[in-house]
Amino acid sequence: MGEVNMTDFWAEGEPIVDKAAPDGPIETRWERRKFAAKLVNPANRRKLTVIVVGTGLAGGSAAATLAEQGYRVKTYCYQDSPRRAHSIAAQGGINAAKNYRNDGDSVYRLFYDTVKGGDFRARESNVYRLAQESVNIIDQAVAQGVPFAREYGGLLDNRSFGGTQVSRTFYARGQTGQQLLLGAYQALERQIGLGNVEMNARHEMLDVIIVDGKARGIVVRDMVTGEITTEFADAVVLASGGYGNVFFLSTNAKGCNVTAAWRAHRKGALFANPCYTQIHPTCIPESGSHQSKLTLMSESLRNDGRVWVPKAQKDTRKAADIPEDERDYYLERIYPSFGNLVPRDIASRAAKNVCDQGRGVGPGGLGVYLDFADAIQRLGRKAVEAKYGNLFEMYERITGEDPYETPMRIYPAVHYTMGGLWVDYDLQSTIPGLFVIGEANFSDHGANRLGASALMQGLADGYFVLPNTINNYLASGPFPAVTETEPAVVEARRQVEDQIQKFLSNDGDRTVDSFHRELGHIMWEYCGMERTEEGLTKAIGLIRALKEEFWARVKVPGKGEELNQNLEKAGRVADFIELGELMCIDALHRRESCGGHFRAESQTPDGEALRHDDEFSYAAAWEYFGADGKPVLHKEDLNFEYVHPSTRSYK
Amino acid sequence: MNIKVRVWRQSGPQDKGRMVTYDVKDISPDASFLEMIDVLNETLILSGEDPIAFDHDCREGICGMCSMVVNGVAHGPEKATTVCQLHMRKFNDGDTIDVEPWRAAAFPVIKDLVVDRSAFDKIIQAGGYISAPTGTAPDAHATPVPKRDADAAFEAATCIACGACVAACPNGSSMLYTAAKITHLGLLPQGQPERDTRVVDMLQAQDDAGFGGCTNMGECAEVCPKGIPLSLIGRLNSDYRKALTRH
Repeated sequence: MGEVNMTDFWAEGEPIVDKAAPDGPIETRWERRKFAAKLVNPANRRKLTVIVVGTGLAGGSAAATLAEQGYRVKTYCYQDSPRRAHSIAAQGGINAAKNYRNDGDSVYRLFYDTVKGGDFRARESNVYRLAQESVNIIDQAVAQGVPFAREYGGLLDNRSFGGTQVSRTFYARGQTGQQLLLGAYQALERQIGLGNVEMNARHEMLDVIIVDGKARGIVVRDMVTGEITTEFADAVVLASGGYGNVFFLSTNAKGCNVTAAWRAHRKGALFANPCYTQIHPTCIPESGSHQSKLTLMSESLRNDGRVWVPKAQKDTRKAADIPEDERDYYLERIYPSFGNLVPRDIASRAAKNVCDQGRGVGPGGLGVYLDFADAIQRLGRKAVEAKYGNLFEMYERITGEDPYETPMRIYPAVHYTMGGLWVDYDLQSTIPGLFVIGEANFSDHGANRLGASALMQGLADGYFVLPNTINNYLASGPFPAVTETEPAVVEARRQVEDQIQKFLSNDGDRTVDSFHRELGHIMWEYCGMERTEEGLTKAIGLIRALKEEFWARVKVPGKGEELNQNLEKAGRVADFIELGELMCIDALHRRESCGGHFRAESQTPDGEALRHDDEFSYAAAWEYFGADGKPVLHKEDLNFEYVHPSTRSYK
Repeated sequence: MNIKVRVWRQSGPQDKGRMVTYDVKDISPDASFLEMIDVLNETLILSGEDPIAFDHDCREGICGMCSMVVNGVAHGPEKATTVCQLHMRKFNDGDTIDVEPWRAAAFPVIKDLVVDRSAFDKIIQAGGYISAPTGTAPDAHATPVPKRDADAAFEAATCIACGACVAACPNGSSMLYTAAKITHLGLLPQGQPERDTRVVDMLQAQDDAGFGGCTNMGECAEVCPKGIPLSLIGRLNSDYRKALTRH
């Protein structure tokens, strides 16, 4: 394999250290950190303002909680209501170490499973705290009226999920994200009604304002009137979600974007592990060139559905016509102890492998079967309907096929991004006063997130972690008032206005979406389920050329002073292009396979991911050096005192 | 497929608005209705016309953002389906399809097919919650909830606040939306302490926001993509009467 000359693509800077991380016994680290944090007395809290950008599970729960504590809160979201954030689409469930099933679960086991599931690329301290707080989330949600599934005795039901051998997942049919989000939304609306939160829906953050080295506000655009304003606060919290839409086709909502996080990155916040993306194994395959997004079928389906492809290549018979002994239940065959419940990264790559062998099913051979025939026979159609009814209906609506009669066809799709803005144990970025929570940060899932852990992390950050760490920063406020005429404020606003002007006056001949699709193709082809040095190098060249073409040829219709959805998209795609390049550089520099990052050059003889702990046991935090400059790599060493890195085996 | 769409175009709240006809050619029957609009918009942009503004986000029927009246029916012809999940295979080659925004006094048009639904949030602010500040919760198993109640609460809680019920109602009433929240929270033991004030305050907020009164027409439940039943309005009325007699 030819070695890439690293100095062509990036430079290496000083290592980075998490200064807020406590040491000592892991069981008491969080308690000790909370005790050591400075407090803000209740009378002073109302003098402090916190801006929260994004109102999904993390942002909504954080905004409500900070307001309950007595801070003044201003929130922003691009949707028309905080209840629409993409957290709402999470289907399967939320993990918590309640051990209500008496099946050997514990905080320690959830911690262990998460560190292992993340392929030893997450921080032990953060993950332990996440497992500790998981139990409080369930209590909180039930108190708010979240209607989790219950058993006949009236107690909460649990199911098992990929990557674990205990039943610790709480759920509300296939709409767990919706119900948890509505809990947070209602808590937030209560605070809005009480006058403690100023909510700004249909507003998009376009820059962060930094004064005297501290995050002191944001530049926002009112998406209805087009008005640009500057908003000030004592601290800014980004809860703006993940960046899966860099692939154009993903399971993310169409509006999900990286702009808030990326513009903070441009202002100095380090971006960590951007190449760690999660490809979800159970999504509905693409149906044509009109495709605008992909739809996920909950991973919980793998509890009862069996994944298979024909043993023979290019077998075009209908599923029902393929006899049992000519089917390959490949997950059960390769991974007998976890079977269909192997973690997402493993299930996705296995699907890709059988399709690459020419054994895929459906149009283009890009699909595998998820078959419920056995479950229907074992449990009866009624029981299957009760568990998965809404998912089956959704599948039928989209594909026109009835999954009770013919097996579902599924294929992997981009679903979640483990990377994000670098934060310390307090969830503070490298910009003082800028906190990052939920999917937008990088800290808890390592190189692969386990199912039902995104809801857990978003709500842990929002309800319990941030509200107990941000006080340590705010205790030194209120900070001196910021005015509109401050040079940093004027400059931030000018940059935003200039970019909008540039888009509107460009008058090119290609639409924003056409660039976004092209970027997506490049990313999926070269920075998707399998990555190689050659492919990534090629992708970087393609993205650079695309960036140049974008600025020369993009056409954005309409005016700035109106609702202009293409103008919104143009700014987001500009940021996705820059992010895509950094993702490829990150993937190129990490010459190992771990979790969702699979480098073809680094695999075991039987095709499993091969980590190189001696070289890569660190989080890669990247510093921005201009749109055409070389990013600088800062390594944060990861230390494993409790869960010793081993080969992740699900066989 | 080749079709025609007649789309409501309105440049802003002050514009009177009008239906404009467009040809859409070569659309796959597997495309969703919104993907068909995407394709149309791409051609409009390149020909120098203003693309059609419409609300959408998750495109999997759960966020509640999409909102179009298709051939006179909120969310279109397919039962229990948001317009983002409606597919072109439900139409015929050569069809002319009308596309309009939600029309209701409480949902003013912002542009084209985009309306302002912030009045829905105001109803929740008035009482559509259980007051449980973070950190105050007892163990989740402290209060068992009969499965029947939990399941019924869940069914009511599946409302996505899209506003189809309001758009379909001849009175522009939000009664089904409010009833769904009243039912969700009122069926749970945790929701009992605020049950009376909740229903009184939410109904007041609904009137204040400009929604019309309910006259039991039942159009709302017909178009609800989540199948919220009309019977919940009866439950709301019963709760309301009890609350008034107690206070």
